[in-house]
Amino acid sequence: MASVGKIARRTFLIGAAAVAGGVAVGYWYVSRPYANPLEGELAEGEATFNPYVKIAPDNTITVIAPRAEMGQGIATALAALVAEELDVPLDMVKVEHGPASFAYYNAALLEEGGPFPFYDRSLMAETVRGALGGVSKVLGFQGTGGSSSIRDGFDKMRQAGAAARHVLVEAAARKLGVAVSELSTADGAIEHKASGRSVTYGQVASAAAAIDPPATVRLKDKADWKLLGKAQPRVDMLAKVTGAPIFGIDVILPEMLFGTVKMSPRFWAKPAKADLSKAEKMPGVVKIVPLETTYGHGFGIIAENTWAAFQAAEAIEVEWDAAEYPADGAAISRVLADALASGEGSALRHDGDIDTAFADAPRERLVEAAYEVPYLAHACMEPMNATAQFKDGVLEIWSPNQMPTMTRYLCSEAVGIERDKVDVHTTHLGGGFGRRGEMDFSVYAALLAKEAGGRPVKVTWTREEDIRHDTYRPAAAGRFQARLGDDGLPEALDIHIASPSVIGSTLRRMFPSISPLGPDRTITDGSHNQPYAIPNYRVTGIAADVGIPVGFWRSVGNSYNGFFHECFMDEIATAGRTDPVELRRKLMAGWPAAVKVVDRVAAMAKWGEPLPSGRARGFAFTLSFGGWVAEIVQVADTPYGLRIEKVWIAADVGIALDPGIIEAQLVSGAVFGLSAAMGQEITIADGMVEQSNFHDFDAMRISQCPAFEVAILENAERMGGVGEIGTPPAAPALANAVFALTGKRIRTLPLSKEVAFA
Amino acid sequence: MRLIVDGKSIEFEADPEMPLLWALRDLAGKTGPKFGCGIAACGACTVHIGGEAVRSCTLPVGQVEGEVTTIEGLAAGGKLHPVQQAWLDEQVAQCGYCQAGQIMSAAALLEANPDPTDQDIDEAMNGNLCRCGTYPRIRAAIKKAAALKTAGI
Repeated sequence: MASVGKIARRTFLIGAAAVAGGVAVGYWYVSRPYANPLEGELAEGEATFNPYVKIAPDNTITVIAPRAEMGQGIATALAALVAEELDVPLDMVKVEHGPASFAYYNAALLEEGGPFPFYDRSLMAETVRGALGGVSKVLGFQGTGGSSSIRDGFDKMRQAGAAARHVLVEAAARKLGVAVSELSTADGAIEHKASGRSVTYGQVASAAAAIDPPATVRLKDKADWKLLGKAQPRVDMLAKVTGAPIFGIDVILPEMLFGTVKMSPRFWAKPAKADLSKAEKMPGVVKIVPLETTYGHGFGIIAENTWAAFQAAEAIEVEWDAAEYPADGAAISRVLADALASGEGSALRHDGDIDTAFADAPRERLVEAAYEVPYLAHACMEPMNATAQFKDGVLEIWSPNQMPTMTRYLCSEAVGIERDKVDVHTTHLGGGFGRRGEMDFSVYAALLAKEAGGRPVKVTWTREEDIRHDTYRPAAAGRFQARLGDDGLPEALDIHIASPSVIGSTLRRMFPSISPLGPDRTITDGSHNQPYAIPNYRVTGIAADVGIPVGFWRSVGNSYNGFFHECFMDEIATAGRTDPVELRRKLMAGWPAAVKVVDRVAAMAKWGEPLPSGRARGFAFTLSFGGWVAEIVQVADTPYGLRIEKVWIAADVGIALDPGIIEAQLVSGAVFGLSAAMGQEITIADGMVEQSNFHDFDAMRISQCPAFEVAILENAERMGGVGEIGTPPAAPALANAVFALTGKRIRTLPLSKEVAFA
Repeated sequence: MRLIVDGKSIEFEADPEMPLLWALRDLAGKTGPKFGCGIAACGACTVHIGGEAVRSCTLPVGQVEGEVTTIEGLAAGGKLHPVQQAWLDEQVAQCGYCQAGQIMSAAALLEANPDPTDQDIDEAMNGNLCRCGTYPRIRAAIKKAAALKTAGI
């Protein structure tokens, strides 16, 4: 690792704020709690105890799970944390997302924004984590991402439940005229066993809310958990199997209009010439509105129904300005290649002395390779959409989004009103994967609402708009060089990764007046922070700005660094005649959690035992978001092409709160990674995205889906994330399996350019 | 224009070229069927017409012949359809957006083939895309639903 001195002198990017900002405001401000946003919206007789718990007189218990439910099961998992300490069964609890509020800041979202690997527990690393968590609090950064929700909520939500229970019991003691110690709680009621009397939480809620919460609460021991650690039925499952209107796209309001957008297919280009007359005359069209935003330029269509809006969008005749960036794939590859050749960049890892280690390396001991991956779209199943109403100076917005407080901020800026005149309702998300941390769909709806005469407008994008106006997983290129020792193990590993900066691109959209400072750690995330002991180990990231909008795509930098790093490890294993699993065991010996997932997955798959002919396996490991994950992929040669037959996953997340949800997320993450590795790419021609819908940007189908076997381990010291960690090892495990089967070392994605999949 | 949707007669004015999906969602207030692609490539909009699974996003509303059933009308007599029950038991859904279409395709499959093999399932369900990767649980739930249905539950 870089020395403490080097780190301290350096700034690095963590979204909008540099670390210095967090330290400067001081502890008193960081520790100051925000007001409870539920105070202002209680129903008659309802009481609130903190921003996470409301109880009505009829004993309706509402838990606020202030993170976006996009499939990862967070509503269930956060509610279970509160319910555990409140001593109520999960099915007694109503779970809501709650309003946009600074009170719901996510400290863990930024905590790992520093340059330290997850396993680094040094004073410096921990101090920076604390400071970055404080930045999140000061900014009131309510966001869902970075696989951070449970790490952020684990203590907070349990404390909220415990604090509420504490005052409820206190109030019951006063009401019943008995000592607190004589009371017990279960199923939303407080019982005095000696006399057989009991009261419900609802009966004492108002009185309890008037009691000062305790300064500290004692949380249950793990051994006493009733809900946590066991798979719970998801709180959203019934709604999702009955077609209930829970998604943004399902919002229906009185007098509602419908709309869509037609944005410039060349990013940030303006219309040079436009003829709206044909579109404006179409039946059902209400109004066509020019849109100028930090996300791009184009037109919004307001209509009587969505179909009419889609038809009108097609009928708008427009000539767009030329692209101000490299306009095709060859030019983009050149930018990445030039960046790699520039000799510039920032090394977030530099162990030993790389230059000396390579200076006298004999040719036959060198392993060298170049890797490249394309841009990718998120392609959430629910196309981008939002609904907004602007009436009497107040903007109300219903948005399936991952960033409510930022949505509020950018919508207020776009419409030109104060932030406190904007109400954000966060609906369920039909997929997020990072795409819905953006504000474009909300801002467009807000701007159209401003032109709708006080009526609400639901603005739905076509799938074509969605695919062509994403904030893409960036293209990236890597140059890898290793020097092997006599034992076949790497003595030196030098890595250069070039990619457009996700943080830089995000700032351009969200805070155009702020210019990025310092290195973007996402460029080498998954390469610079892996638990491998190699004496000379350097990882350099080079920001190569292309100008195509890039953003956070499930696992972010880990998605391509996992592929590069773990395929190259496989190359090292081959060159050094070491078994790939054995190679990891040796290099990871200092990290027991890593070795244990490697051993477990190898045992599950019976790694090393002979396979029937026409079958082969590949292995990969990535530590991302605090999750230690090893995967083995088995492929088979069939007359229709390669088939992924089976995937084994062993993952260590420290504390596994809901094994059912974790298993689902690990499989989900792997399917997401395999989909991309098999066949996805976004390509650019004439400055425009060439793909447009699922016929040319598809994902894994059920017939291609392998069988899965998953093991969840709990050896790691710190709790890790879950939502993204299955993705990074999937692509390299597949590519390594393809190599083992065919002898083809494929160093670019998608693999379908070189091999056919059934 | 008049359609029978989920057992009820619905009247609305629409361009006969408007896809059934948008007539259902925007004019009839039936938001259960979802918009995913508009080109019959993802299956999120799947409904039943006369018991057949149909992609409502490409079918002009003027050409609809027969009763339309959406996910909202699948449960009968206050009881979940066996496919919905199996989905609940197997905890299939993640984001849930594609699941209305998945369930409608699975229900139609089981009507035609009460005891489908793995290959039957893959073939019948291949037009229903899921970005969350719930396929392993979908397979398990279809088998479970087949068993529930056979047992008359």
